[in-house]
Amino acid sequence: MLKYLFAKEDDIPQGTTALFFAVSSIAWFIIGTGLGSFNAAKLAFPDWYHGLYALQFGHMRQVHVHAVIFGWIAMAFAASMMYITPALGNTKLWSEKLGVWNCLLYNIGLCLALALLWTGITSGREYSDHIWPIDLYIAFVMVVPWSLNVWMTIVNRRTQGIYTSNWFFAGCMFMTIIVFLVGNLPEWFHLTGLNEAYMTWWFAHNILGLLITPVAAAITYYIVPKITGNPLYSHRVGHLHFWSIVVFYSTPAAHHLMSSPLPEWLKSFASVEGVLILVPAVAYVCNILLTMQGKWSLFVSNIEIKFTITGVLLAIPLNMQGGFQQTRAINWYIHGTGWIVAHAHLALLGFSTFAEAAAVYYGMQVLLRRKLYSASLANFHFWMLLIGFSLYWTSMTIAGLIQGAAKIYEVPYVDVVIAEHPYMIVRWLGGTMVFFGNIIWLYNMVMTARAGVVIPAGRQPVEIAYTR
Amino acid sequence: MAFREYRIGCIMFGVALSASMFVTIFLPGIDISARSSTKIALEKQLTYGWESGFNYYDPFLQGKDKPIMVVLTKDPRTGAAMDKTDAYVFPAGTHFPDGLTHDNILGEKVQAASTTKGRIGEASEAAGGVFLVRVDADDTPYIEYATATRGWTTDAVLKAADQQFLAGGGKTMFIREGCWWCHTLLPEETQDWQTFGRPPMTGDFNGESPTTFGSDRKAPDLLHVGSRNSSREWMTMHFFNPRLVQPHSIMPRYDYLWGNKDKDGNKIDLHAWDKEYMAYAEGDSVYPPEVPVPADDSEARMLIDFVLNLK
Repeated sequence: MLKYLFAKEDDIPQGTTALFFAVSSIAWFIIGTGLGSFNAAKLAFPDWYHGLYALQFGHMRQVHVHAVIFGWIAMAFAASMMYITPALGNTKLWSEKLGVWNCLLYNIGLCLALALLWTGITSGREYSDHIWPIDLYIAFVMVVPWSLNVWMTIVNRRTQGIYTSNWFFAGCMFMTIIVFLVGNLPEWFHLTGLNEAYMTWWFAHNILGLLITPVAAAITYYIVPKITGNPLYSHRVGHLHFWSIVVFYSTPAAHHLMSSPLPEWLKSFASVEGVLILVPAVAYVCNILLTMQGKWSLFVSNIEIKFTITGVLLAIPLNMQGGFQQTRAINWYIHGTGWIVAHAHLALLGFSTFAEAAAVYYGMQVLLRRKLYSASLANFHFWMLLIGFSLYWTSMTIAGLIQGAAKIYEVPYVDVVIAEHPYMIVRWLGGTMVFFGNIIWLYNMVMTARAGVVIPAGRQPVEIAYTR
Repeated sequence: MAFREYRIGCIMFGVALSASMFVTIFLPGIDISARSSTKIALEKQLTYGWESGFNYYDPFLQGKDKPIMVVLTKDPRTGAAMDKTDAYVFPAGTHFPDGLTHDNILGEKVQAASTTKGRIGEASEAAGGVFLVRVDADDTPYIEYATATRGWTTDAVLKAADQQFLAGGGKTMFIREGCWWCHTLLPEETQDWQTFGRPPMTGDFNGESPTTFGSDRKAPDLLHVGSRNSSREWMTMHFFNPRLVQPHSIMPRYDYLWGNKDKDGNKIDLHAWDKEYMAYAEGDSVYPPEVPVPADDSEARMLIDFVLNLK
């Protein structure tokens, strides 16, 4: 890998960057879910080990969050963009060399950022926990070069139009940089009080709404037509999705603070805009599911479509929850409970992870020019992820409803802890299944690189038979 | 420029995003910034100082650069008895909260009263000083710079103090140790009044950074915990090992915040303690081992002071 850092641009094989990002993302997925499983164990059995003070829950909780968001999700996005953007522009990646450096500095920066969080050096702001020097590093060393590669590849494309996925990639990278710089205003300028609290959640909402959700959707806009061979059902519905993301998804930040003393007009505005998130959501889900027309057998027989469509189907409950749980009528009951934790995992471990896993499976086969090593292991991975996630989501939703009921009936809090105990165990089991599934995935991908059947030039992975 | 056919789209994109940020950042920013400080906000600023998250003056979050809150029952200058008063001591060089250094944090009336009656304009970080929170006749809270108005020096106040609370350093611990991942500081407006007390008001946060509301409540809200439970002994046992006082608690142990020595200078052996505790937990011994009293300069003491001060 390191030999490409100082190689000439022309000597670096196309797809190297995407491949490095893909392998990194799988490794970070294992680390992130391992940390999650470890944290969950401590919520079920707080005394199950003694004396490892470096492994305190309060120090590790945010490390899990940032390992999965910046490690797994963002790097899988980078991997996807680095091979999908050139493919859609019928061109090469603008700079493989920049990409290889980007990937290396991304991994180094992430290790440093997580180590600092682990020792407790934090800004004390949820989701923008990183201290401001790390924020600067993330913005200008990790995200800007990545964006530059995406934008310049689109500018230098050899097609006339720009396909839906690439609008999202270009637009979302731009918005991510803006969100990073604006969302950390409290740290740049020491903003205090409610402004700080509100900007914290403005950042948290928009990093999710303007990076993670739309880019995961954009990936499926590529994967589904590519593998099924069907054209995207509607370019216009894609337009609706894109523009309603920009207009509706960027505005409801205050709905995360419905029970705080923010100005009432702001909470009402955010709540209405929050329901309007259903516009891009419905447009997107319909567009993808209608693209599947006549090819639904692939949902069973093809691993990438299985992952992608599962993700899209999970987007339905995700958006129904997301649209309505933030209205005052529902939010007062479930605010701050495990319900929200379940919802956050439905977005990140459900919808977006399944979409990205498909893109990484597909991308690695295309880039390595090798057919996936084992269909059985891939199916095993799929079911470990799906069952593990379902256990997690169900148990946390129930735990959240218990918490909500206890909140309004003023039950002493320790009784909530006792009542939640079995669900904490199930949550831990679910998270652990995801963790072990990912280890199998890494093994499968390593074996694909070593022993997968070579895909002849001009052929798609989907056209090649499995040998195992 | 290959984007030329997308010019209208790019312009629309910029317009939409700008409009969105105008409504969701600029307008709320004006509205929130116009809210006046409450008495609680003044107390919080003077207790927690400038910044409790990562900052240049306390990069490793050790509770440095923080004021000391003291309780006085006699005038530090004259020695005359007086009503119980909270005073906030900023040793020389301690950074002031934004409310003391920026004109737009406290709110117009509070700022005016603090300047004219409280003479906060005379205070400087280099010299340090002592501050009080007062309320004037028409109910406007304001900050009084007691070093100027009453001649109270930092040394005299620390000497005369009945109690000292390192609650400022404790907030740093609260953030560093991730207490706020489970304990919110935000009783909800709709249904938390009975159990967790009064929800905060809009002006309760002016000048505080970070606010650490918390979002994911896995444990009781702590905003008014000092009013529900003011026992230092209980808090000490609870932080050392929560299961000593609440067998069903899932809170981690914070015994490592005690450091190496207890208040009397005896060495703390956490492994020996844990062995004795496990014998108790498994029913082999009747009583749990004694919890060491934290040293005055320990991190545990700061954190306990912070929690007891959440009234």
